[in-house]
Amino acid sequence: MAYQRVAIVGAGITKFVRRAQETGKELAFQAAKMALDSCGLTMKDIECVSLGTAPDAFDGVHMKGEYLSDGSGGWRKPYMRHFVGGGTGVFAPIHGWFHVASGMFDTCLVVCSEKMSSCHPHPQGAFKTIFDHTTEQPLNPTLIWIFALEMNRYMQTYGITKEEIALVSVKNKKNAMDHPSAQLPMEITVEDVLNSEVLAWPVNRLDISPASDGAAAIVLASEHVAKRITDKPVWIDGVGWNLDTAYWATRDLAYPRYVEKAARMAYEMAGIKEPQKEIEIAEPYDPFDYKELHHMEGLLLADRGKAVEMLLDGKTQRDGDRPMCPSGGALGVGNPIAATGLMKVIEIFLQLRGEAGKRQVPGNPRCGLAQAWGDLMQVGTVVVLRR
Amino acid sequence: MELEKFELGATHYKESDLKEGKLLSLPWTPNLKYAWDNGVAIGRYLAELKEGRIIARKCNKCRRIMLPPRMFCELCWRPTDEWVYVQDTGRVNTFSICYVNWDASRIKKGEKPHLPAVIEIDGASPGMGILHLLGEVEPEEIKIGMKVRAVWKKPEEREGAITDILYFKPVRR
Amino acid sequence: MRERVAIAGVGYTAFTSVSPGVSYREMTYEAAVKAYEEAGIEPKDVDSFVCTSEDFLEGYSISDEYCNDQLGAVLKPVQTIPGDFMHSLAVGVMHILTGKFDIVVVQALSKASNMKTIPEMINFALDPVLNRPLDVTPYAIAGLEMNRFLEEGRATREQCAAVVVKNKANALLNPLAGYGASITVDHVLESEPVAEPVRLLDIAPYADGAVVMVICSERLAPSLTDRPVWITGIGWSTDTPTLESRDWVDAVAVRLAGDMAYRMAGIKCPAKEVDLAEVNDEISFKELQHLEALRLFEEGTAGKATEDGRTSLEGTLPVNPSGGGLGVGHLFECSGAQKVLELVLQLRGEAGARQVAGAGVGVAQAWRGIPSTSAAVAVLCAD
Repeated sequence: MAYQRVAIVGAGITKFVRRAQETGKELAFQAAKMALDSCGLTMKDIECVSLGTAPDAFDGVHMKGEYLSDGSGGWRKPYMRHFVGGGTGVFAPIHGWFHVASGMFDTCLVVCSEKMSSCHPHPQGAFKTIFDHTTEQPLNPTLIWIFALEMNRYMQTYGITKEEIALVSVKNKKNAMDHPSAQLPMEITVEDVLNSEVLAWPVNRLDISPASDGAAAIVLASEHVAKRITDKPVWIDGVGWNLDTAYWATRDLAYPRYVEKAARMAYEMAGIKEPQKEIEIAEPYDPFDYKELHHMEGLLLADRGKAVEMLLDGKTQRDGDRPMCPSGGALGVGNPIAATGLMKVIEIFLQLRGEAGKRQVPGNPRCGLAQAWGDLMQVGTVVVLRR
Repeated sequence: MELEKFELGATHYKESDLKEGKLLSLPWTPNLKYAWDNGVAIGRYLAELKEGRIIARKCNKCRRIMLPPRMFCELCWRPTDEWVYVQDTGRVNTFSICYVNWDASRIKKGEKPHLPAVIEIDGASPGMGILHLLGEVEPEEIKIGMKVRAVWKKPEEREGAITDILYFKPVRR
Repeated sequence: MRERVAIAGVGYTAFTSVSPGVSYREMTYEAAVKAYEEAGIEPKDVDSFVCTSEDFLEGYSISDEYCNDQLGAVLKPVQTIPGDFMHSLAVGVMHILTGKFDIVVVQALSKASNMKTIPEMINFALDPVLNRPLDVTPYAIAGLEMNRFLEEGRATREQCAAVVVKNKANALLNPLAGYGASITVDHVLESEPVAEPVRLLDIAPYADGAVVMVICSERLAPSLTDRPVWITGIGWSTDTPTLESRDWVDAVAVRLAGDMAYRMAGIKCPAKEVDLAEVNDEISFKELQHLEALRLFEEGTAGKATEDGRTSLEGTLPVNPSGGGLGVGHLFECSGAQKVLELVLQLRGEAGARQVAGAGVGVAQAWRGIPSTSAAVAVLCAD
């Protein structure tokens, strides 16, 4: 059996901005270079490259993987792109994990780069093409429909109010004030959220994370190599991913069962029996505020319909029992789709090493989780990290 | 390696910078056209819509009546068995009141918001929903669980598309 | 490779110029049913599914969403690789090698007939600022490369045409192939110019089709199949994406991918140890360029070898016995799948009229097409 234990040994990230002057290649380079510098490696030490990036429609480049390959260090190396929609950012370390865990490679550079601003008049328009071309697109759907339909069902099923959900946006945007990459750090109130423009009831403007340009990268290494590079390797102990049926309108939108399956897969691999106890810190994907709660339940970090109680009790604050999105999440840091997921992985990586600066949660956590979600409310990707 | 110790990449520019020509830009509109083969299942679905009917497929093993119809049951992993006509009424599973268009532009002043919804169709298995629009209803009146009926285009205007149903309206007593 | 990976079951549709009767879902279902049947498994036995697709080929975004129902992969680990099938196969192999996954399904499909503006789509992959605005047919890039390749004396125009003649003739013996034909070198040289020196008959025409394969660990193989085909080596590489900095004569990425695969398979002298090859021949000269990059022929000799019949079905190293892209049809991201499929059939002795005698070790090579340099190579062995 060739299985090797895999660690994250370095990380890099750019600022997340609404419009970057840099091309997607340049953003990828900036993040990749920082990741290599952070652990004292060069491309000579990197044996393969894994790239994650969301729909080609944003950048307006077909075969976007090839286009980004030079900026990502994929020159004359085994280079591969993977894609699971919005789940890509947390699938990236999983895809990289395969390369090293299989024993085929000892080091892997994982890069996620996103350039949404190239899409005019607004990147949101590109999302029309994710719906079924025959049975749905003729209705002129927009991305926000998905979230609004899901949020409505979630609120209705568990009796959760917009006021309560808005607290997630308030928390995360405030957390983001301590994140150097943050696009929308701000101190807002629940009233601000409720008074912001209604885009598609029940979704208001401040419930949503922004479109962004940005990139992130991590360096993976096998156990014997990792120990030479750093005295604080963070182990990828569990990986899980799961895709539900494309017939999304036939599912109960109030519960992301595919996130649960992905989480269980990761927990089993990591030997976690009681996630609510053993996962000390988490970065669930929060493109919209209610998603943080929705995902906490799917991740089995809260009972169904009860994540909101943990929020109201302050448990999910940085200094609470179970910090959620200490980075500031997509809501505060920004949402360059694939790079967001990797940003969350990087946050847990830094938190477990005690290197999260002003965002550091107390209590010296040793086990954390990052999760992303995507497609037509279909895919869940989870990694469990440990010191 | 606190992030604060590094100089992070990405240089921001404003929309106005672009509009005022402070940055060179190159617009490009791609010519990407596709004609998807709908195949057996969706081909029949669309043909029936043209006739003002909604058709589903049944798997005799799990007994689900599925919409949109499909020639294989993805859960039992076997071909589906029968065509089944279902009704053009249903219940609202979830809905939204949308003030933005698909390209993020806002609807015009005075224009009515779009009302997307997931509608569980009567005659199909419980929970078998399709995405469609609501109409002839005030946003405040919409409730999850509300009973609705399809409003069809006139027969001569139908094309064999999901838009042959204009929208679903509330069934009022 | 420490442990070998077996191909335990393959399922496929024929490769045709159009497939109007079935949707992509229905086509994939057919291939999946056959593959699972051969391996004696059900979807619930599968540990992971790897699909292959590129948004702009399918015509909708996040094409990964729509790949799983027709594989029976609902609420299962499913990922999509925007690459060639052989990249997905590499991921499948890595799954098995971790020891944590025993059965993996790999899938790819082509619905090229549904793509109505293919040249624009291919051009959409060019650098948006430096190359695309020139608005030239994408085949011009093939023309640039072929011109240089010929200029450097690596082959003659007639030798490239001989590739087309051979492959289309092979395709006549392949019931799955869409474009079998009996033509001559003159037919190729006199066909309509597209981007000189590339002429119409130098270009593989498009085809639709779906392929699904079941792979498994060596340990599990005996319980799934009595005729496994072993993947003993796999490699992949990407050279520069830019036109401005690439090698216009050598397929560097193919060389690197091939060397990686040979290393894993323990092959020291490919030209001697490989019995047959299925390589990318999307444009006629590419077959020669790829054969040399794969070390199956010395630099500048593949053309003559083709002319002399050494790469024909009766030759010493049959190349593209299936008919290749030129004879079967170009399947975009499903191309590599057709090549691996052909090797599986050949190595099992099931290739009918086009069976290569004594096929024991085969090499499959994929290239992601204009304007990329990405390549993947696999070494397969008979049981």
